[in-house]
Amino acid sequence: MRKIKSWGPGLLLVAPSIVIIGIFVYVLIAATANESLTDRHSAAPAENYVGLENYVNLLDDDRFIHSLRNLAIMTVVFVAGTLFFGVLWAFLLEKGVKGEGFFRSTFLFPMAVSFVASGVVWRWLLNSAQGENAGGLNALFGMVGLDFLQNPWWSHPDWGMAAMAIPAIWQLSGYVMALFLAGFRGIPHELREAGRVDGASEAQLYRHVIFPQLSPVALTALIIIGHMSMKMFDLIMAVSGAQFLTEVPAVYMWQSLLTNDYAKAAAIAIVLLVVVAVLVVPYLVQNARAERQR
Amino acid sequence: MSVDVQVRPEVPAAPPSSYNRGRRVTARTVRYGLLFLFLLFVFIPVYVLLVTSFKPGAEAGVSGAWALPQNWTLDAWRSAWQTLSPSLWRSFAIAIPAAVVSAILGSMNGFVFSRWRFPGSEIIFTLFLFGMFIPYQAVMIPLRQLTGDLGLPGGVPTLIVVHIVYGIPICTLIFRGYYSTTIPAELVEASRVDGGGLLRTYASVVLPLSAPGFVVTLIWQFTSVWNDFLFAIFLSNTRNGPVTIALNALAGGQLTDYAASMAGALIASFPTLVVYIVLGRWFIGGLMAGSLKT
Repeated sequence: MRKIKSWGPGLLLVAPSIVIIGIFVYVLIAATANESLTDRHSAAPAENYVGLENYVNLLDDDRFIHSLRNLAIMTVVFVAGTLFFGVLWAFLLEKGVKGEGFFRSTFLFPMAVSFVASGVVWRWLLNSAQGENAGGLNALFGMVGLDFLQNPWWSHPDWGMAAMAIPAIWQLSGYVMALFLAGFRGIPHELREAGRVDGASEAQLYRHVIFPQLSPVALTALIIIGHMSMKMFDLIMAVSGAQFLTEVPAVYMWQSLLTNDYAKAAAIAIVLLVVVAVLVVPYLVQNARAERQR
Repeated sequence: MSVDVQVRPEVPAAPPSSYNRGRRVTARTVRYGLLFLFLLFVFIPVYVLLVTSFKPGAEAGVSGAWALPQNWTLDAWRSAWQTLSPSLWRSFAIAIPAAVVSAILGSMNGFVFSRWRFPGSEIIFTLFLFGMFIPYQAVMIPLRQLTGDLGLPGGVPTLIVVHIVYGIPICTLIFRGYYSTTIPAELVEASRVDGGGLLRTYASVVLPLSAPGFVVTLIWQFTSVWNDFLFAIFLSNTRNGPVTIALNALAGGQLTDYAASMAGALIASFPTLVVYIVLGRWFIGGLMAGSLKT
């Protein structure tokens, strides 16, 4: 009884948030899952439960498979691109350069802008026209004599989604840089000193001492960027609009909802949730465990 | 520390110093060269946005796209402002209250989860965090139903409530990390021993030290609410929604007025950019906290 008296008020103070999160996250997810098991393919209420039929249909649906493929391509390029630039920028800055603050803030500022706003300019930059009528980046390539670099960007039927990752890379590389910069700076000075004393060259020092220390940072970046990519919606709507060529599950879900196919939209949403959960849940569990041991 | 270094054995024979200096100069040149190159990459979209926004409609087309305006004009800015200004005020009306309320809830939750734990609080906290990573599509269909059932008028009021709710996890995370590093457990303990209840401890010990935590959280929340497009498109329209919706409508048509949409993108990004430029240091603090590693 005394014990409850000591922790009870704490529970009471967070109780409103627990109720809110419980309803708005978990109950609503359950409601979506429930809807995905029905035959509600119009604005009228559902009539029957149809089991997993909607999911089976999705697996059979070329359009859905196409959207998953698009998502996979974009995610691989997005994650690889942000990690590449993020690590490189952090590496260039970590030893301290003149004007570091300026470089850092510049690399990071795209994060403060919405995907919708940056999508406006990237839509223009990624103009698919080439040669005489080239616009955007293709026109720039033409002007500086790099015509061979001209390409249809996101309009390419097979690999267009790789181009869709470019604006996302522009926007979030600075974030990964900030993560790694904090990681570099968190490595104790003695560790580098010790490596140097042992006769390690700079390259060896990075390879055997510093980079291994940064693997938790890399994991964090991977999870955050990866889950952002899987949820990607705004950027695609802003750059290409909703169209088959650049469709990902989040956009397909929206399109299904526009035609009032609630059951299908719900099924797509749940698949998306499961994909993200596979990535995020182990990370959260591991994080909670590490926390408890501390 | 310096004494320590002196007694260490000599580092293995270094190459001749002129060779060394030469290499260092090259390394520095390459470093700065790369940094400026990347700076260019980051600034390209900004250049396009600014230059195009000052062009008259006829010039904003494809040809001569990278050139400076031949006739500078504010027409595009004027027309973008006319289209966007009502939604701009709605964005403020949504983002400010949503940021303030979720920050307050986050502060209370963060205090309990870091310094006034109850049995199972770690698990509840992890369940909160999951709410931050979910693709919101997984709640969107029943959420529309629920906000309707709650009698919330569409547009601004609905979006305020929704952003408060889904902002709770990140705000709780930021404050929890902040309190567990800045507020000594002994201080809370001492207040408890003195018979201070939860609320008194929170008000007299924790709150006075909370200002930096609030700055970080408010900036983070304001920016993400301001930049939101997903909730906005599901729960509002161009007549009652925020600026991201209006901008998307302005820029998304078949015959895009590029001058106006680029001016619009700049207008829509202006508030978050100002926050970023003026309070950049705290913005980065939020970034770091948002990555779980606090």
